[in-house]
Amino acid sequence: MTTTYAYYPGCSLHSTAAEYDMSFRAVCDVLEVDLREVKGWICCGTSPAHSTSRLLSHALPMKNLSLAEQMGLTEVTAPCAACFARLRTSLYEAKRDPELHRQLQAVVDGPIPELVSVIHPLEILGALGPEIAEATTHDLSELAVVCYYGCLLTRPPKVMQFDECETPSSMDRLLGFLGIRTLDWSCKTDCCGGALAMTETDIMLKLTHDILEEARGVGADAIAVACPLCQANLDARQAEVEERYETRYGLPVLYFTQLMGLAFGISPKRLGLHKHLVGVDAVLESVAPVTEPARGAAYG
Amino acid sequence: MTDAVLMVPTHADLAEAVLRESGQDVNLCYQCGKCAAGCPVSYAMDYSPFQLIHATRLGLDDLVLNSKTIWLCASCETCTTRCPQDVDIAGVMDTVKTIVLRRRVKPTVPRVAAFYQAALGSIRLHGRLFELGMIVGLKRRTRELFKDTGLGMRMLRKGKLKLFPSFSGARTARKIFDRVRKLENQRARGASGEGDRK
Repeated sequence: MTTTYAYYPGCSLHSTAAEYDMSFRAVCDVLEVDLREVKGWICCGTSPAHSTSRLLSHALPMKNLSLAEQMGLTEVTAPCAACFARLRTSLYEAKRDPELHRQLQAVVDGPIPELVSVIHPLEILGALGPEIAEATTHDLSELAVVCYYGCLLTRPPKVMQFDECETPSSMDRLLGFLGIRTLDWSCKTDCCGGALAMTETDIMLKLTHDILEEARGVGADAIAVACPLCQANLDARQAEVEERYETRYGLPVLYFTQLMGLAFGISPKRLGLHKHLVGVDAVLESVAPVTEPARGAAYG
Repeated sequence: MTDAVLMVPTHADLAEAVLRESGQDVNLCYQCGKCAAGCPVSYAMDYSPFQLIHATRLGLDDLVLNSKTIWLCASCETCTTRCPQDVDIAGVMDTVKTIVLRRRVKPTVPRVAAFYQAALGSIRLHGRLFELGMIVGLKRRTRELFKDTGLGMRMLRKGKLKLFPSFSGARTARKIFDRVRKLENQRARGASGEGDRK
């Protein structure tokens, strides 16, 4: 059965995180999840908006949800953890605060969406265990991966209602469907300093260093992520962290959708793996086609 | 701390403004320190989150408005998640920053304020964030011309930064920005009678 979702890519997935967009679309193709990009979407405002104007920080997400509703769709998916958090927070706040709701009506053209819900790809794909096992054609069991959820998928739990806020496991479970071995570690929901990356770079380097240290410490071959800001810090800034702390990690940082794509036998190019700053060759070398009886054994 | 901030005023103007604007009551805080213990950035702050909340309760408004803490907050929401009194501490940080900018207090970490302005300027203009334009805007404001240029070049080579902005959504965004500004100006004028604006 095909399910249709309004797809809100957000700014990052059209630029710094193009590979997240490419791999999410590719994986959805295989699993027959139908994505319709929200027509005329605008930025969710992210931290610059919520740090400077409460009304603006809810008006921008609400406009996007209203655009999705105008397409006749009620479920909006946003892969970027920051967009996902802003969209869910605005729905929550507009329901809770009648005065804000009234102001939003004055600012956003069209009615404030009442029936729309926001859903993360981890929630959509996590519910497709049997389909994923069926689609898996390549073996990634050689890989040991740590799942890094970051801040915004789960916090604050009252608003986000996503997984368990201090020790989430949805990504671990999803990668488990592919036969990937995920490791326990203590940094699943630690902060990488994404909001400060361009300004207080020293703070960001320290926080990212702590996460990379822990990932290496538990013996991970790669880090799986679901947030473009986390990915940018852990991957694009990894060389900077190495230089600052005089060490060497060489840890590939992949979106969970890229790992799914590899397990489905999708070409690395189509998954945007050439766009990473830390080389992903070690990951690619450990991908092997599965023999027929082993298929789907990981699920169940 | 300087001597001046030890004089405790008789009422907390800022705490009232925070309550009015965000619904967050800092007087619920009983100083357990859980927010500071979990804060990944408290090591770099001048006042840790629970100190800042306490100063707000005491009416030490100048200390709070001029703290680095509010600008260094990474909005990771750990404090908000763990507060046993359900105070949205990260939300209080946001509200205080909004008040600092509205009252035209000079931000103590100007680079962060400049980043907000550069990013919002880009979103208002293009509808979607145009990273290169935003970076240029940030450098113009901070005059740190060579910060992160190496990284920028590497990301350009990998096709991770767009060379040209998209303008889809530009009109939609501008309309929202202008309406929000108008509404906020009206409210600020209304509130000035209540002592919010000094």
